[in-house]
Amino acid sequence: MSSAPALVASGISKAFRAVQALDDVSIELQHGRVTALLGDNGAGKSTLVKCISGLYQPDAGHIFVQGTEHRISSSRHARELGIETVHQTLSVIDPLDVAENLFLNREHTRGGWLGARIGLLDKRRMRQECASTLARLDIRIPSLRRSVGSLSGGQRQAVAIGRAVAWGQQIVLLDEPAAALGVEQTQRVLDLIINLRDQGVAVLLITHNMDRVLAVCDQAVVLYQGRKCAEVNVPDVTKDDLVSYITGARGTG
Amino acid sequence: MTRKSISEQASAGLPSPVEAWIDRYRHNGGLRQYVVYLAFALILATFSIILHDDGFLSSSNLLNIGRQAAPIAVMAVGMAFALAAGEIDLSVGSVVALSSLVAAEIVGNHGFLAGALAALGASALVGIVNGLITVKVRIPSFLVTLGMLGIISGIARNWNDLQSLPIRNDRFSGIFGAGGLGPVSSLLIWIIVVGTIGHIALHHLRWGRHVLSTGADRDAANAAGINTARVKISALVVSATAAGFAGILLAGRLSIGRHDLGEDYLLTVIAAVVIGGTNLFGGRASILGAVTGALIMAMLNNGLILMGLEVADQLIARGVIIILAVALSMREAKES
Ligand SMILES: Nc1ncnc2c1ncn2[C@@H]1O[C@H](COP(=O)(O)OP(=O)(O)O)[C@@H](O)[C@H]1O
Ligand SMILES: [Mg+2]
Repeated sequence: MSSAPALVASGISKAFRAVQALDDVSIELQHGRVTALLGDNGAGKSTLVKCISGLYQPDAGHIFVQGTEHRISSSRHARELGIETVHQTLSVIDPLDVAENLFLNREHTRGGWLGARIGLLDKRRMRQECASTLARLDIRIPSLRRSVGSLSGGQRQAVAIGRAVAWGQQIVLLDEPAAALGVEQTQRVLDLIINLRDQGVAVLLITHNMDRVLAVCDQAVVLYQGRKCAEVNVPDVTKDDLVSYITGARGTG
Repeated sequence: MTRKSISEQASAGLPSPVEAWIDRYRHNGGLRQYVVYLAFALILATFSIILHDDGFLSSSNLLNIGRQAAPIAVMAVGMAFALAAGEIDLSVGSVVALSSLVAAEIVGNHGFLAGALAALGASALVGIVNGLITVKVRIPSFLVTLGMLGIISGIARNWNDLQSLPIRNDRFSGIFGAGGLGPVSSLLIWIIVVGTIGHIALHHLRWGRHVLSTGADRDAANAAGINTARVKISALVVSATAAGFAGILLAGRLSIGRHDLGEDYLLTVIAAVVIGGTNLFGGRASILGAVTGALIMAMLNNGLILMGLEVADQLIARGVIIILAVALSMREAKES
């Protein structure tokens, strides 16, 4: 593992017409560490994630992946750089089944060269790998051939998370991944995050639940109205500290 | 906390084919997926009884229905992809005419293959223009293709001063409509060929999955790195090319190219696709359903004629049936 941070985003700004969603925000993700990205609704958290994952182009700022600067032009490009994302709202494709969702745009093909050219799907292989991947991640889905639209909210979310973490990527961004989940499933997601961290993955976690931050995060970055208002080591702070940063009552400068 | 062992989960992920089928049947819409096939059986049975003495079930009449269904079925397969991708192609009727004229123009001097390829090429070109304007200029496809409908219809009318162009090429006519393999009309064979290709493309090619994804949730498909603009363009190219092939089949059967071929097909094609279980607003499609829908539409047409309805009454009856059928299939879709 290289000593450079997995990802550095520095001086990121992004405006939507009159709204300055991000103003000179910097963040650093380390291998084997979980970073919380906190802030009230509308603080700019999702916008920052989309700038890193290639969906938005920032107006200003630089992004370094494993020490090298990149202009991340698309979500495909982000994936190629080892960045995988579970977006807050953009997630699974309802009419596709579980395996098809897991392998969306990463499909295995069969039939040799010609099969690869025309994109002839190797459904059996994808289902088998999907089953073993979900088992490895301890994600339980009743049937891999069921359309994802017929699953519960928690199961759909689990598929979305499984898709992001199944590929051994080095950087995983999770935008409120447990928002739709029950207690047990949430615990499973937290276990998964710890598991990723232990494998040396750099994880960014957006959540509104301070207990989860204290439980799994190593450091926290707090946004307030598009600006970074605090950056702390989680063991050094209390829940009340975090809440006061989020509400803008206090900042670390 | 009790957790199943890993091996238990893995096997739970891969149940036996029968279990898997039953599970999918239950959770992917149950009986509703098969409404179109039940409707087909019901209409067939009804006409068989009430039109028994008018020869509805005679082999020549059934063949007639199949022949009439062929261009509709081919266009329906193409339209299913446009709808699945979240777009619609209203220009298909005019593309049928354009394709028949191009084929007629080329076949005479350059042979049947060059004629067919030129017709398909011209049609695909219309699809590319439809797609590029829709995606790049961001005009909804129903407006783009409505405009294109006018443009292509005008070109077709000017082509030969509203006169039909004769096609005197036995191979062209034989392969594309008038001939057949033994007793089986080539038109029926083409329905099967196009339906099979469409079904494989939708379910077994990466492209088909990307078309569905794009139509179901474009933002999510984009986030997965799918080039949804290209997917939408390709779906419109497929729908135009399929319409072009329908034009070739009509030109082959009638041995002419003419400006008004396919003129009144649009509504019938959309009805066939939607009755067949394809969502008018993207994300769900069935090729077998679209072909069955086309057979239903041809059967209705034929039955109403045999019942002795005047043309005006046929139009009214067909319109009512289409609205009813589409309303029914859309309600089923919403519930599932
Ligand atoms: N695509 C967009 N177009 C216009 N405004 C946007 C867009 N995305 C986000 N915003 C605005 O940017 C601000 C930050 O939004 P967001 O990043 O979603 O916040 P958070 O995820 O922290 O709740 C909000 O004021 C929001 O309205
Ligand atoms: Mg957000």
